[in-house]
Amino acid sequence: MLEHLLLNYEETAAIILFGIGFTTLLFQRNLFRKLIGMNIMDTGTFLFLASMGYIDGRKAPILTDGIADAGYYINPVPAGLVLTGIVVSVSVTAIMLALTVRLYKRYHTLNLDDIYVISKHLTEHR
Amino acid sequence: MDMVTNIPLFTIVLSLFSGVLCMILGGKTARRYTIIYECLLIIAVSAVFAYTMRTGTSFTYTMGEFPAPWGNEIRAGILESAIALLFLLVQFCSVLGGFHFVDLDLDESKINLYYSLINLMTAALMAMTWTNDIFSSYVFIEILTLTSCGVLIVREIGRTTLAAVRYMIMNLLGSGLFLLGIVLLYDVTGHLLMVPMREEIQILAQDPGAFTVITLAVGIITIGLGIKSGLFPFHYWMPDTYGWATPTSGSLMSSLVSKCYIFILIKIYWRVVGIEVFEQMHIRTILLVLGMCGIVLGSVSALHARNVNQMVAFSSAAQIGYIYMGIGIGGVAGFTAAIFHIAAHAVTKSMLFLTTPRLAAVSGNSLLFRELQGSGIRDKNAGVFFTVSGLSMIGIPIFAGFSSKLLFGIAAVSSGSARKMVLVMLVLAVSSMLNAFYFVRTLIRIYTKEKKTYTSRPVRHRVSYNIPMLLLTAANLALGLASGPVVDVIERGLAMFV
Repeated sequence: MLEHLLLNYEETAAIILFGIGFTTLLFQRNLFRKLIGMNIMDTGTFLFLASMGYIDGRKAPILTDGIADAGYYINPVPAGLVLTGIVVSVSVTAIMLALTVRLYKRYHTLNLDDIYVISKHLTEHR
Repeated sequence: MDMVTNIPLFTIVLSLFSGVLCMILGGKTARRYTIIYECLLIIAVSAVFAYTMRTGTSFTYTMGEFPAPWGNEIRAGILESAIALLFLLVQFCSVLGGFHFVDLDLDESKINLYYSLINLMTAALMAMTWTNDIFSSYVFIEILTLTSCGVLIVREIGRTTLAAVRYMIMNLLGSGLFLLGIVLLYDVTGHLLMVPMREEIQILAQDPGAFTVITLAVGIITIGLGIKSGLFPFHYWMPDTYGWATPTSGSLMSSLVSKCYIFILIKIYWRVVGIEVFEQMHIRTILLVLGMCGIVLGSVSALHARNVNQMVAFSSAAQIGYIYMGIGIGGVAGFTAAIFHIAAHAVTKSMLFLTTPRLAAVSGNSLLFRELQGSGIRDKNAGVFFTVSGLSMIGIPIFAGFSSKLLFGIAAVSSGSARKMVLVMLVLAVSSMLNAFYFVRTLIRIYTKEKKTYTSRPVRHRVSYNIPMLLLTAANLALGLASGPVVDVIERGLAMFV
């Protein structure tokens, strides 16, 4: 078991990163820390994908020296997926930061528990 | 190749284009454009539905003409087109029935942006319904998350921003898990298209080691989409999210967005994992238990709710539980019941979310139960529509809710396991009783005369409100009275999934 983990150290690291990010996103009360957690989580997934897609000693599939043998190249799809994932992650982070700014302007705190208590107090009569 | 086969792609691309177009249109023009555009979409998708029903086959649209293991595909079968039609119909009714609430809640200059978001949401819903590629479904899940967050925060009161942040956090957890799950599946199968993936998984599932990895991946995907659709115990964001949003947004999010995640999950079970392999996993037992807990606890929470929107939102949590219970029962009967309930709940819940703000409008703009007393008499139309949807939620015969409960019962009986049957029947009985309790209580409340007079603006019986509500009522009755043909369509669609 342990040697499997050591052999695939990149994937192990990726899953550990995912776990760290996931728990940060779930349990931190501060919004910024949550966002950082989200980014760590996504990075973990991307590392996992990138390391699975890479094969030692092979090249990117760009035909320059005329070798058409597929065994000489790596699969470009995982890299493409990682890029798509990064775009998604960036846009989600942007919208979350915008929301955070809006919440901070209204409640003057970044702690979600505090915000919840204040907002509940404000809308009691509805 | 028939012209019809191009329509699914066009529903996605044109919706994306409409989203951009609405940004430069004025508020009213954008609204008119969206409503007309959705009408056209409904007609176009009906044509696809008729085509698949007539030919009895599904068709695949390969983008860029790259053949199967490569490229990106769109697939339309009976079930996909039926679900797309349902989504569009409910969306059309929500937009048309709720636009004057949007005008009230939003700043004049931002109305066009709201319709822009609605169009982008249509694109995401359509793409997720049609796609045959698992990574495309991830991308559009994210687009759906962002647009649904957008339609939630347009109403600028503090509670909606907070609700949006909580909603986004739960959704981000879900998306992260979903992405990890599909990456794992991609690693073991080497494909992203659903059909080659299933062929690979059928072979790999013979090997116990690979089977464990596949189970893990499917489990992660299930948890991810479960969080996003509000499966118990991840449902606590629901009341705030649905309750404080603009009525159109609340209706769209509860009846379409959460259902779309479940539909993609069902699609993954049938088309990626293969139903035989899925039945060997123990995931469905867990879904059955969680679904049942969701039904009972969602209803109990609804009993304690202080305002009517919160009650409706908690009852959404219970209804999501029903759908997962159907998946948990398993077999064709269980999945049919689950998909039928997706339809039944979509038409009922959108109606509820569009009537409660009308009732509140004649009660001093308050959603609290004590203020709502007599509101059904003050606004007769809204009262009638609330009654119809409430009775459907309880499961009174001739309404959609009854048929879906009947189907769950039949599925449980035909599952062959006595323990499962007893449990499902018990949960159905308890939940119907709880539903009846809190809906009848509300109905009595809104039809009890109130001495206090309200100085709110008089209720105008707008045609634009009544037409979509009548459409939804008709759909509700159709699902309730003619459940046979609908079940037949779903079963034929599921048979095409294999």
